[in-house]
Amino acid sequence: MTATLYPHIEIAGADALIVYLGADTQPEISAEVQRLAQGLQSFQGQEIIDLVPSYASLLINFNPLLCDHLWLRKKIRETLDSSASQQECDSRLVELPSYYSEESGPDLNLLANNAGLSPEEVIALHSEAEYRVYAIGFAPGFAYLGQVDQKIAAPRLATPRKKVPKGAVAIADRQTAVYPAVSPGGWNLIGLCPTPMFDANNEPHMPVAVGDRIRFRPIGREEFFDLGGELPEFEVQS
Amino acid sequence: MQGLTVIAPGILSLLQDAGRFGQQQIGLTTGGPLDSFAFTVANRLCHNSDNACAIEVSIGGLTLESSVDSVIALTGAKLGLKINGQNKAQWQSHTITAGDKINIGFASEKNSGCRAYLAVAGGFEIAKQFGSQATVSREGIGGLQGGPLQKADLLPCSNHRDLNLLSLSEEQQDNYPDLVELRVILGYQQDHFSSVKQAIFFSSEYTVSDLCDRMGYRLEGPKVNADIEGILSEGICLGAIQVPADGQPIVLMNDRQTIGGYPKIGAVFGPDLAKLAQLSAGGRIKFSAMDINDAHQELLLAKRQLDQLVLEAL
Repeated sequence: MTATLYPHIEIAGADALIVYLGADTQPEISAEVQRLAQGLQSFQGQEIIDLVPSYASLLINFNPLLCDHLWLRKKIRETLDSSASQQECDSRLVELPSYYSEESGPDLNLLANNAGLSPEEVIALHSEAEYRVYAIGFAPGFAYLGQVDQKIAAPRLATPRKKVPKGAVAIADRQTAVYPAVSPGGWNLIGLCPTPMFDANNEPHMPVAVGDRIRFRPIGREEFFDLGGELPEFEVQS
Repeated sequence: MQGLTVIAPGILSLLQDAGRFGQQQIGLTTGGPLDSFAFTVANRLCHNSDNACAIEVSIGGLTLESSVDSVIALTGAKLGLKINGQNKAQWQSHTITAGDKINIGFASEKNSGCRAYLAVAGGFEIAKQFGSQATVSREGIGGLQGGPLQKADLLPCSNHRDLNLLSLSEEQQDNYPDLVELRVILGYQQDHFSSVKQAIFFSSEYTVSDLCDRMGYRLEGPKVNADIEGILSEGICLGAIQVPADGQPIVLMNDRQTIGGYPKIGAVFGPDLAKLAQLSAGGRIKFSAMDINDAHQELLLAKRQLDQLVLEAL
């Protein structure tokens, strides 16, 4: 196969195109995805039904009764051309409190051991970095944040937990996330965040959006409870 | 409050409107009816809008008791409809009065399909979440409590008297053969599937495995691995065909995850997904390639045909 040039527009389905802006996880590529999504937002609700941004691509579902893929290709190219010279989109910095400890993050010590670090060093590395929301998916409100320092990158658990508690701060490879609700999951749990990541009944439904910058602020046990946090029972991993 | 009370919920009965759109940026999938033709006709037989909330009955076994005078219609899979123990025809509307018992049975023969749609005049009057009433159990969103109907649930709806009863002629009804052809628009990582794999994909017969639900239909047949194992997670459209490392294709349906990291060969043409959704484990499939411009023409034609669908007064 010949090397792909970016941006590259590919068919996804009869009423969907996907635009690839690059091939890996990089803030610059993610910013281009965000710029394209924002540039096309004015068509949402009409010609465009859904925009699904991810790490390096944007999936665009269109309404085939109002337009076709040729029209959409033209709009994509126009948007890419007009936004090429623009500056970085508005990117908010969102701070998420995190109570890191063995009682709130049952994989913290093991992850530290495997990395040859102390738990305190893991906490410092995790909370000193600034992350970017690369994608939201897997479950409502599940934001994929990247990238964690290579030193604390950790593979998924061999046996996923059947129940990861709501608010769990977790690492998988070089990604990190806060579980928005109780769900099965194989990520390494290192802490708990008391901020709700998804609320179906109140707006905004999420404290973060794709493209936002995120920083974790270490908090103690007392502040965790003050902020409304609750300690769940964790499934023991063999 | 009045409406229909659930006496027995059946295997899997879900409140659905046409689907939840414009919410994938926060990870919410679309939901909605797996067989949109049968869903739309059920609503029209009850004089409803095409987006009214109805019940998708999978496999069967739903029993309801009415506290309203209204009109209902059952379309889709041939599961059998009874009102107060009397057999009633599907694909046509029927009057119900307060106290009536409505029962949906189970398919009794092959080639009956497995998804039926029960609509009521005015639709079920439940709150919308994120702009839609569609139930997505995996997300716990939509419907009454975000999940399937439960015994004793009250499905609110109003009295609607003096409505014309309508029917759809037999020629216009869908059939549910157990061997279906699904048209595929090649796309996504198609270049990572060799021409040999693509030839195998389009010339082989696949079987629906036991792992088939509203999220996806896992198929069994000749392997069609891509030359890559995973990709950077990206948006998944309705009908996308992903192929994990075991080489067995999975067609992603209405309750799919919004993003994922398996290579995809393309997507099944939307209107053909209903044929797949009406199959259960053991159903057989053949794929054929379809050009996106032909797909577009077909979609416009299908829309025009739906707009001109003739419902006959009884």
